[in-house]
Amino acid sequence: MKQYGFYIDSSKCTGCKTCQLSCKDNKDLDIGVNFRRVYEYAGGDWLKEGEIYRQSVYSYYLSIACNHCDQPACTKVCPSGAMHKREDGFVVVDEKTCIGCKYCSMACPYGAPQYNEEKGHMTKCDGCFERVEQGMQPVCVGSCPLRALEFGPIAQLREKYGTNADVAPLPSSLTTKPNIVIKQNRNARPTDDQSGHLANPKEV
Amino acid sequence: MKINLKSLLNPQIDRRGFLKSSALFSGAAAVTAGLTLPFKTTKVQASTLAESADKEKVVWSACTVNCGSRCPLKMHVENGEIKWVDTDNSGDDNYGEHQVRACLRGRSMRRRVYNPDRLKYPMKRIGKRGEGKFKRISWDEAFTDIAADITRIKKEYGNEAIYLNYGTGTLGGTVTKSWPPGGSLLARLMNLSGGYLNHYGDYSSAQIAAGLSHTYGGWANNNSPSDLENSKLIVQFGNNPAETRMSGGGVIHHFMEGKAKSNARLIVVDPRYTDTAGGREDQWIPIRPGTDTAFIAAMAHVMITENLVDQPFLDKYCVGYDEKTLPKSAPAKSDYKSYILGSGEDAVEKTPEWASKITGIPADIIIKAAREIGSTKPCAVIQGWGIQRTANGEIASRAVAMLSLLTGNVGINGGGSGAREGGSSIPFVRFPTLQNPVEASIPMFLWTDAIVRGPEMTAVKDGIRGKDKLDVPIKFIWNYAGNCIINQHSDINRTHDILQDEKACEMIVVIDNHMTSSAKYADIILPDLTTSEQSDFCMDASAGNMPYFIFASQVIKPQFEAKSIYDICTGLAEKLGVKEAFTEGRDQEGWLRHLYQLTRAQDPSLPEFEAMRKQGIYKRKVKDHFVAYQDFRNNPKANPLSTPSGKIEIYSEKLAELAETWDLAEDEVIHPLPVYAPTFEGWEDSKQGNYPLQLTGFHYKSRTHSTYGNVSLLQDAAPQEMWINPMDAQGRGINNGDLIRIFNDRGELHIAAKVTPRILPGVVALGEGAWYAPDGQKIDHGGCINVLTTQRPSPLAKGNPQHTNLVDVQLVNKV
Repeated sequence: MKQYGFYIDSSKCTGCKTCQLSCKDNKDLDIGVNFRRVYEYAGGDWLKEGEIYRQSVYSYYLSIACNHCDQPACTKVCPSGAMHKREDGFVVVDEKTCIGCKYCSMACPYGAPQYNEEKGHMTKCDGCFERVEQGMQPVCVGSCPLRALEFGPIAQLREKYGTNADVAPLPSSLTTKPNIVIKQNRNARPTDDQSGHLANPKEV
Repeated sequence: MKINLKSLLNPQIDRRGFLKSSALFSGAAAVTAGLTLPFKTTKVQASTLAESADKEKVVWSACTVNCGSRCPLKMHVENGEIKWVDTDNSGDDNYGEHQVRACLRGRSMRRRVYNPDRLKYPMKRIGKRGEGKFKRISWDEAFTDIAADITRIKKEYGNEAIYLNYGTGTLGGTVTKSWPPGGSLLARLMNLSGGYLNHYGDYSSAQIAAGLSHTYGGWANNNSPSDLENSKLIVQFGNNPAETRMSGGGVIHHFMEGKAKSNARLIVVDPRYTDTAGGREDQWIPIRPGTDTAFIAAMAHVMITENLVDQPFLDKYCVGYDEKTLPKSAPAKSDYKSYILGSGEDAVEKTPEWASKITGIPADIIIKAAREIGSTKPCAVIQGWGIQRTANGEIASRAVAMLSLLTGNVGINGGGSGAREGGSSIPFVRFPTLQNPVEASIPMFLWTDAIVRGPEMTAVKDGIRGKDKLDVPIKFIWNYAGNCIINQHSDINRTHDILQDEKACEMIVVIDNHMTSSAKYADIILPDLTTSEQSDFCMDASAGNMPYFIFASQVIKPQFEAKSIYDICTGLAEKLGVKEAFTEGRDQEGWLRHLYQLTRAQDPSLPEFEAMRKQGIYKRKVKDHFVAYQDFRNNPKANPLSTPSGKIEIYSEKLAELAETWDLAEDEVIHPLPVYAPTFEGWEDSKQGNYPLQLTGFHYKSRTHSTYGNVSLLQDAAPQEMWINPMDAQGRGINNGDLIRIFNDRGELHIAAKVTPRILPGVVALGEGAWYAPDGQKIDHGGCINVLTTQRPSPLAKGNPQHTNLVDVQLVNKV
């Protein structure tokens, strides 16, 4: 079976959010609906010695859309069958069938399904499958000023970049088997890290 | 606003419904923004709509705002409406011939074009300045009134009373160019009508322009960031291209690619742990704002005492490093080395221990950094404009260059001068704006003073250029594509009070796209076109060794009654009796063709006009990296600098002279050497008095200065908030996200707190450019830093010290 995925280079990502905004422009999304979300993870300590300071501060960004998982949590809990995995591996919601119960949103550990208040049902990243069918890249990937995103058959991405899909503040990849490969930032912390915190909770 | 925007941007709007409602609205456009949306329900658009029904086309446009990058936008247009915004996706994106990818702001251009704040027709003020009460007038009435006022003010006060205010909203255009003022079409119009009071300097770089020019002669340049591929060590001082020049064809791209090639180590010196750092740095050195000069002096101490300085370079190329190369006029022991070693006038040895108390940086870290910078070659030292936008940024800018000089890194690949990044450009013939008959020029930051006390302002006290003193105050202000009438100028409450007196400045004309806070202070507002509604050549990006220019074509028809700056000036020129001279018989398209023809005559390798329109962007790969002062380095006798000595001036005789002759306050320092001097509202002041926190501004990804500040999606994606360290937040009972008040004697604003370890304790930071939103009690709820900044200028540039502020912070509400 065909399966596409994203490569996310957190060592390059500056958290600029061009991916998020280019997606929102193309998909005509309003405030509060973000198919792609940029996580800021930060931590470290400060020590005051008289008038001077020492520190161990770090932060990094991570851009996450839908990971089009092998074992999507969203499809499992969807009572209407609207949330489904396509032949090409993209996980999409049939907006005509969706009843807007938000179970998928609660189930997905990555926050991918997004409730659209105006439409009254769920929406989400569909991998720009229509563009992909025409041989184009998803809008977010081609927009990245840092060239921190790539897209392609996940097998190829894994061959090129390895198989890591784990980093804080994401959950363990064992849960849903996401189709992403993450190149870690130098500051990366493991998924169960307690030293840092999600620094921009309102934005994701 | 959300609902308005939605209905505006909803792609599923029924076309028939559109046309039907247009009859309803077109006769009564003078209603609120919400009711007139979507915009294309005017008669003019109706015909266009029918013609191009259902046809999607892609048209090249551009983002021309003042970030220092410049991005092409590919507008997808359907039925005369922009549907979505793509960017340069040509070629295979190999670095060196890469795509120039727009940032989050450019990708949100549609929401600036179709924005509820759009100005729709000329308006005249009917309330007080700042109240935002206007009535609609016709273009003819607007032109007649403005021309009459110009004529009257010229007669009563002379042309020196007519001022072109700073505005950079469209500085990337050619016809639409808003800055420098002398390069704008308003300058051409006024030059045909007797001239105008000019300004020098700018809110971006006033202090470095005035300061570092004494070191290098003229505007100080640096190597192209692409040249970082030759560096072994990069030192970024207050420079954050990940947010300031964040285009995918701009400085950040060259920085990342260059650094990846060389694998150079990176030191970031900044009070904030910036997005440029973010795991790409080998060391972050947090520093108190305004103390960089002390840090550098201490590093110089280490380099000198440990024999890490490049003595042959200093001897051959520089003036005043040690006594050997001091000019004759200089007193004994007035050289930099004597200053550092404590044998100079102040008899203080600039040891790491001395500097650590001032800067907050541990002495061992200062020593380690000095050794690393002193022993790693080539080393690229780059400063942003953050540290110079301070109360003595002139000196700070020169101090940063000391690192490049002490280590002999100037004029070589992989090294640099310590200035901000340079780059290559493609020569382009600009709109001729003619000669200004008025010679007087003021520091741009002192325009409010020039309203209040113009005739008192002199060359030696206020930096007036072109004559010894001003003869008249400012009576008329042109404000095109700028938000410095209120939002971006310091001390908003003082400016507000000054502008309330309508007998002082008698006329303010604002030409802009949106109802900015500055527009609310206008006497007459003229609605301008966005880049999407007209054609222009767009350029002037800091783009490393791949310069380019863009042909932005008209994407959609003009919205409402808005006119281009060219047509506005033409209309005014007619009333002023200079239309023929202004237009030379051309329209905007005619000028674009004419200027491009002249450009191609210089450089026939450029594509033809029509081909250029089709391809949208022209890129040129420059073989060699730009290396600043390379010719001078190779042969200083044949290629002297434009400093008085022809050499790099560590000790500046000119500055020594200004220090003697200018009227300065006790706490204002102009010095021939880059010495550390505490300033008003600096760290030293924070230890006494009511305001214990240093507040610095920064450039925020959400906006370019104030442009894009009214795009709700960007406000949501990167919300306005004040950075505060947990150490400072804890004692004040502040948690992440809480509503806080920031205040000092000048003003107060309420905004959410971002409690983050990414900022030095004792320092708080607020992104500049948020739109001023006062509540009637003089409290701002938009998070505009300029309710807190001072109008007191820096000593030499008379520039804006907007990163030098003392404040306190208190909790208002828990989240």
